[in-house]
Amino acid sequence: MKKLISLSLLLIALMAFSFKKGGYEVGDKATDFSLKNVDGKMVSMDSFEDAKGYMIIFTCNTCPYSVAYEDRIIALHEKYADKGVPVIAINPNDDEKSPKDSFEKMILRAKEKGFPFPYVYDETQEITKAYGATNTPHVYVLDANRTVKYIGAIDNNTKSAEKADKKYVEDAVEAILNGTEVPEKKTKAIGCTIKWAS
Amino acid sequence: MKNLLLSLFVVTAVFSINKARAQSGELKIIDIPELEEIMLQSEGEKLKVINFWATWCKPCIKELPYFVSAQSQFPEVEIIYMSIDFSENADRVEKFAQKKKLNPSGIYLIDDVDYNAWIDKVSPEWSGAIPATLVMKDGKKYFYEKEFHEGELEELIKQKLK
Repeated sequence: MKKLISLSLLLIALMAFSFKKGGYEVGDKATDFSLKNVDGKMVSMDSFEDAKGYMIIFTCNTCPYSVAYEDRIIALHEKYADKGVPVIAINPNDDEKSPKDSFEKMILRAKEKGFPFPYVYDETQEITKAYGATNTPHVYVLDANRTVKYIGAIDNNTKSAEKADKKYVEDAVEAILNGTEVPEKKTKAIGCTIKWAS
Repeated sequence: MKNLLLSLFVVTAVFSINKARAQSGELKIIDIPELEEIMLQSEGEKLKVINFWATWCKPCIKELPYFVSAQSQFPEVEIIYMSIDFSENADRVEKFAQKKKLNPSGIYLIDDVDYNAWIDKVSPEWSGAIPATLVMKDGKKYFYEKEFHEGELEELIKQKLK
């Protein structure tokens, strides 16, 4: 019996380790957060009543790939927020490592671009670690129960929205709204490494 | 014979137009099959290091001098700089490579922004974040999604050369 207990303890420890390392996989239930938005208010998924899903996008001020996708992120929010699936953009970068990602600079960028969605700062980087985001931009599409339905890129052409013929995030949101299976559940994209605090 | 020569000339001309960009400088713009070919050529005993970088990536730029210094320390190792900058910025990449004194015979730019289609071909372990480095020897691949710090790359090369 003792052996069994220590074996299960070992298993639990192993599971905890792998969980921590990899962040969320499709099918996992994502945690809510309470992070400060550029308007000074705290934002969490709970702030959205009757949400049918969420597009959680780890992005930042400084990464050229994030900047290349800004207009597409705005378009996604404008298309789906009213249907109950808003964008919540999270800046995961440490502002000592990346001064242009400071909260003040986030406020400026949000104003410049007129972000219609919350742009919150993960100052402790705990949420970023929990999700397992590795680069910017990095998207997690969740359903109403906050189950992860899609992880990855926004579409398959970083340079041009027009030339993208696979719109992964849009397809995932449509599937959630229609109650169908998400066609492509995980993709990869080049992006900037998250600037972790040392 | 004349016809053959003529068609050979035409073929060469077309080929040169395609590769014109590559011939104007040291940078070679490649597509995914060419990248795969470069990775396949690791069957030999020669140690090959492919560094994925971009001019806009700060940690990448920080680690580049370590690759240059490793090259001078281990001339038998082939170090390749694989830029993932957009192809319209090829000139910038080229200038940058010159400034940083990257080995001119090993400078490439991948012209394919459908990253999801090829990231796994480099390594399934790659999340897509750069800097990232692929080390190959005897047909084996070792992948590192990290920024190398001073001395680390040399240490790794020494270990793999053993």
